[in-house]
Amino acid sequence: MNKNSNTYQILYAAVMVLLVGTVLAFIYMALKPKQSENIANDTRKQILSSLHLATPGDAQVKDTYEKYIIQDLLVDGDGKVVDSTKNVAFDVQMKKNVKLPADERLLPVMKCKLDDGSVKYVLPVYGAGLWGPIWGYIAVNDDGNTIYGANFSHEGETPGLGARIAEQPFQDEFKDKHLFVEGAFKSVAVLKKGQKATNGAEQIGRLPCPLRGFPEEIAGCSQPCRGR
Amino acid sequence: MLSKKNKEALFNPLSKDNPILVQILGICSSLAVTASLEPAIVMGISVIAVLAFSNVIISFLRKTIPTNIRIIVQLVVIAALVIIVQQILVAYNYDVSKKLSVFIGLIITNCIIMGRLEAFAMHNRPWPSFLDGVGNGLGYTIILVIVAFFRELLGSGTLFGFKVIPQWCYDHGYMDNGLMILPPMALITLGCIIWYHRAHNKELQED
Repeated sequence: MNKNSNTYQILYAAVMVLLVGTVLAFIYMALKPKQSENIANDTRKQILSSLHLATPGDAQVKDTYEKYIIQDLLVDGDGKVVDSTKNVAFDVQMKKNVKLPADERLLPVMKCKLDDGSVKYVLPVYGAGLWGPIWGYIAVNDDGNTIYGANFSHEGETPGLGARIAEQPFQDEFKDKHLFVEGAFKSVAVLKKGQKATNGAEQIGRLPCPLRGFPEEIAGCSQPCRGR
Repeated sequence: MLSKKNKEALFNPLSKDNPILVQILGICSSLAVTASLEPAIVMGISVIAVLAFSNVIISFLRKTIPTNIRIIVQLVVIAALVIIVQQILVAYNYDVSKKLSVFIGLIITNCIIMGRLEAFAMHNRPWPSFLDGVGNGLGYTIILVIVAFFRELLGSGTLFGFKVIPQWCYDHGYMDNGLMILPPMALITLGCIIWYHRAHNKELQED
């Protein structure tokens, strides 16, 4: 058959697309359960990391998570608990949640009890980075004000620049910062070195800011993207 | 196995026919991922794997591919291969897949891969094509590592994230050069490497 005839080309393209599509679909379906489990375990690791708990191996991560996370809560904008069934906060899709109008959002909170008996609350946060979504978990002491730990992740920020939000030195800077300043909710501002938060929030100023677009009511900064 | 032609396919891209320094391919990604050594090495390894196997697949198919749609066929092969690698990594090595996520997209758009498929794999048997893929991938990786070495060392004072410039240097007024971690300095560093490379290879010098 003439390789450059229209019939051959159309047949070749059709067979190739069918073949590649079938192979990719088969691989996706075959690997999906394992991938979902890995993604859930990774989320658990991120939450445990915000609590400064050593990240266990994949086999133990679920047990460790269930040991320390004692209650899942869904709260409304006024802080009123509307649901507290098991895993209700863990299962919240933050990507969909932040697209809802503020008064319709139900915000997930995870209540944790550490080995020393102290109680912490983990708040998931979600927003836009430079190239894609970024998300994280902020662990707060039981005073509801002092940050105990933080963990951030991203989908595709620039290595060596924005991607450094996922590194420990950046995350450690959030420890002991306060969400409230003189009784007013300010959260923590991430700014370039030398800049000052206009709303009086406590700030982190060492790295280029990757936190643009964190929902204001969660991240709290009136201008969270000034550092970019 | 390693005839003269095969040796050339494997070793020439390391210097004399380097994809970045001589063919001027893959410049974008070499600027994007060289702010530090670790992502540069991960990117290099990923490109070696994709380039070698896409070369082999296209070489197997070369006698059946219609000339008019060969670029589309090559793209489909590269994209399929990258997606398969990505899916397997997500399932069996999730931590590595997280590190690679941003690089996977860059691999699909890397001109070196399309360039080698078109220039070599379409006209050669699978084994030489495999060696050509490995050689070009290695040539690309070497340059990435050299650029990343200087950028991380001078820009952050670290190598692989470890502080290597002693504190007394900072105490005596030394400062990390923040400009080095910005893309323009990657281009300037790359330009200096190309200049040095050509200065030492007479056959590459143009009149």
